Amino acid sequence: MAERYSSFAPGGTAWLLQRITAAFLVVVLAFHFFLLHFVNHAAEIEFAGTQARMENVGYFLTMVLFLVAGTFHGVNGVYNALINQGLDGTQKKVVLAVLVIASLALIAQGIYVATTMAGWT
Amino acid sequence: MSQSYNRGLIEDFGRWKEFSAGMWAWIFHKFTGWMLIGYLFTHIAVLSSSLTGPEAYTNTIGGLESLFIVRVLEVGLLAVAVFHILNGLRLLMVDLGVGLEAQDKSFYASLVLTAIITVASVPTFLDGVTL
Ligand code: HEM
Ligand code: HEM
Repeated sequence: MAERYSSFAPGGTAWLLQRITAAFLVVVLAFHFFLLHFVNHAAEIEFAGTQARMENVGYFLTMVLFLVAGTFHGVNGVYNALINQGLDGTQKKVVLAVLVIASLALIAQGIYVATTMAGWT
Repeated sequence: MSQSYNRGLIEDFGRWKEFSAGMWAWIFHKFTGWMLIGYLFTHIAVLSSSLTGPEAYTNTIGGLESLFIVRVLEVGLLAVAVFHILNGLRLLMVDLGVGLEAQDKSFYASLVLTAIITVASVPTFLDGVTL
């Protein structure tokens, strides 16, 4: 049984970064779900609680890293899946540009939102 | 380590009846990955209500959480995330060359564990909401 299916060319930079971000995401994503569904019920989330968490620099940095890693991992995954489906040439360049702009916008917006939550704006 | 052999055109989704366990794992992983990145964009949009002010944030999240359909979607999101995490861990192991003989079994194990974790979380996720 040596089958392996992947959208990534094994051993490349995109492949490696996809795996490094994955290893980080396992931990923070599990932590995030646990914190915001079981420790604090999602329905009881209030601004005050969010602020109390975000004011903590360690938590703030973890969330920003989570945002950056999640965005990269997700968008890189989508991009590689499309290349795997045969995306090429000009189309490939356009898709890459759109994805990079969308990612940067998402990260910028997320960091801005997080600073507001922490009350630092 | 991994020998290559002709697997045909794997991108041909029309051949789904012939798919093996590994192929299904790959499809599910893609599907859940796309759901997660889609959710992340939505998530930041919802959280952006905090830019309007504390009340807007609290009311937006409270309003969403009071809807039964949102709770159901959240259970779905949990299932999607848990599967992507467990299967992702499996893929990382495969890349490291660990447990190559047990790939099918570990895929089924991911499915079963996802189902168990999801079902066990339903009470918490539906807590305090009515139809
Ligand atoms: C339905 C389940 C989820 C709930 C209830 C939830 C709730 C929240 C809340 C309330 C915050 C604000 C910070 C805080 O209060 O501590 C937050 C931040 C965040 N969440 Fe989630 N979350 C969920 C699922 C996810 C998932 C699946 C992802 C990844 C795709 C994610 C990624 C993030 C990120 C990156 C931030 C930081 C936002 C920023 O920097 O502006 N969340 N989440
Ligand atoms: C923020 C949460 C996450 C998002 C948005 C996300 C999204 C994605 C997407 C879109 C793909 C591309 C799938 C494809 O090939 O079409 C992918 C692949 C992958 N994800 Fe995630 N993922 C997340 C979390 C995780 C976690 C926690 C793991 C745990 C190990 C993980 C492991 C992987 C791996 C190994 C791949 C490569 C699959 C392949 O080789 O084709 N991901 N992810």
